[in-house]
Amino acid sequence: MSTAVVSTAGTAPTAARARDARPARRNLSRGRGPRALLGVLAVVVALVWAFPVYWMVNSSLLANVQLQSGTPTFVPFSGSLDNFTAVIQGPSFLTALRMSLAVSLLTVVAALVFAFLAALAISRFRFRGRKSFIVAVLVVQMLPAEGLFIAQYKLVGSLNLLNTVLGVSIVYTAAVVPFTLWMLRGFVAGVPIELEEAAMVDGLSRTQAFLRITLPLLAPGLVASGVYAFLQAWNEFTVALVILQSADKQTLPIWLRTFLQASGVRETDWGQVMAASTLIAVPVIVFFLIVQNKMTSGLVAGAVKG
Amino acid sequence: MTAPTREAPPSEPAPTRRRRSFTPYALIAGSVAILVLAMAYPLGWLVVTSLKEFGLTQQFGQPAEFVGLRNYITLVTDGYLWTVVVRSIVFCLVNAFATFAIGILVALLMNAVNRVPRIVLQVSMLLAWAMPVVASMTVWRWLFDWRRGVVNWLLDAAGFDGFRGHNWLLQPLSFFLVATIIVVWMSVPFVAFSVYAGLTQVSEEVLEAAQIDGANARQRLFRIILPMIRPVLAIVLLLQIIWDLRVFAQIRMLQDAGSRPSETNLLGTYIYQLGTGSSDYGMASAVSIFVLILTVALSSFYIRSLLREEES
Repeated sequence: MSTAVVSTAGTAPTAARARDARPARRNLSRGRGPRALLGVLAVVVALVWAFPVYWMVNSSLLANVQLQSGTPTFVPFSGSLDNFTAVIQGPSFLTALRMSLAVSLLTVVAALVFAFLAALAISRFRFRGRKSFIVAVLVVQMLPAEGLFIAQYKLVGSLNLLNTVLGVSIVYTAAVVPFTLWMLRGFVAGVPIELEEAAMVDGLSRTQAFLRITLPLLAPGLVASGVYAFLQAWNEFTVALVILQSADKQTLPIWLRTFLQASGVRETDWGQVMAASTLIAVPVIVFFLIVQNKMTSGLVAGAVKG
Repeated sequence: MTAPTREAPPSEPAPTRRRRSFTPYALIAGSVAILVLAMAYPLGWLVVTSLKEFGLTQQFGQPAEFVGLRNYITLVTDGYLWTVVVRSIVFCLVNAFATFAIGILVALLMNAVNRVPRIVLQVSMLLAWAMPVVASMTVWRWLFDWRRGVVNWLLDAAGFDGFRGHNWLLQPLSFFLVATIIVVWMSVPFVAFSVYAGLTQVSEEVLEAAQIDGANARQRLFRIILPMIRPVLAIVLLLQIIWDLRVFAQIRMLQDAGSRPSETNLLGTYIYQLGTGSSDYGMASAVSIFVLILTVALSSFYIRSLLREEES
């Protein structure tokens, strides 16, 4: 999913609103019978799609004896949280969690500050080099980690920052700034400058007007792009795999892979592995649901109307 | 674009503070600095290193000598690279089009059903979309586990022979089949939601008019709905192709399960193997440059459409 959000400029919550407000399409096309059949089909597709997620949670609640018996247990009636306790109390989970939190938070703060200031610049000012800056940002946004990670690994190495929070955060910040900037630009452009000017006529200074009028209006945009940056850093795999090779410096995704590998040497302890996956996935799913609307809408709103 | 900017007089897009000042430059300084440091500099390093002999001995202090285009010539004449390139492109196209087709079908389904089944479908799609890649890969490896995986169990229970203890990841072809299932599963939600959002904006009146004129459901779909949302479809397909070129984590985590990397490498894992495996940074850089050029070439359409949005 990490890549899945990179696209859609967050300019407009409009499509989301249009979706809610859309009138029922009763009179069109099909009658009642086929519609009910399609409803059944939709539920079946939904079940198939959600099955892996369900299976992760289900297996995480089951003891290894059940997981390794010949028949799968489809509902965890006899489930317990033992796997979760075992994972959390294990030697390295909390270290990896701290590492992930540190990297993600540092990335969010740095990316928001840089991107927000730059978004102000490109939407509130006309200046020489503005267009080139925008083009550069858009091109950088499309550069895949798969092509750059070797060079970034060498860069972080030459800065003596391998296996550090700072080293990996620098790379992450650079990776998320372009999209964050693009998203915030939409939000800043959505707040008319006249609002600020009106406040200044009423006696506020420019800084006050900005802090009291514009900034609160931008809060949703800042939250959405902050969550986006957080998710990117939290999920990132490729760069972390090469930069954080030391066992006690791994972020959660790398830790999970190591955990799976180590467990695979014997018979894999799938119960604990699934508990570990669940622990990593839950915060992501919660955050993702918060911002999803703002992410999908931008692209489409412009494309259809324009 | 949002409504307020639309209403602004077209002659004056947004140039609010025209006075010449350093303010905008100060504002973009941070972004520029971090992008130069962690993007532009590595990019330059790649270009330079790809022109050098830079292997293990250079790692340990030997000066890396410029060898001109030798790395590139090696690559172009190397049969294995072409195998990997062709494999990556085929994998990318198959995945992108499968995702695209299934995503459109799911979007049409969302659009056709009543509120309750629609919400059920949307929640399920969101769950799949939100899953972190590494967690997804871990779950899918459990689903396809040769010994206790539920997929083998279901196939066996459904009466298919030979799936008890079947290892999907050993043969390259079934390895990529599993990879395709996983990638499609992860990517369909984005396509479905984008296309669905597009569908909700197709005008009711036009569809009604077409119906009155006698157009049946199929004609309405192919002659009206799909052409009207073509811009969305184009962008979604393009992004899907770009993203399916970068499936490093997915392939790497499946390779972990024990398949032979030489038979299952795509471009990302090949670079990883060249760089961190055999420390051949010269060659790794040359392949990286190839990947970057391919991506930027594909992206240029998308970037152009974003720029148009910016100017509007």
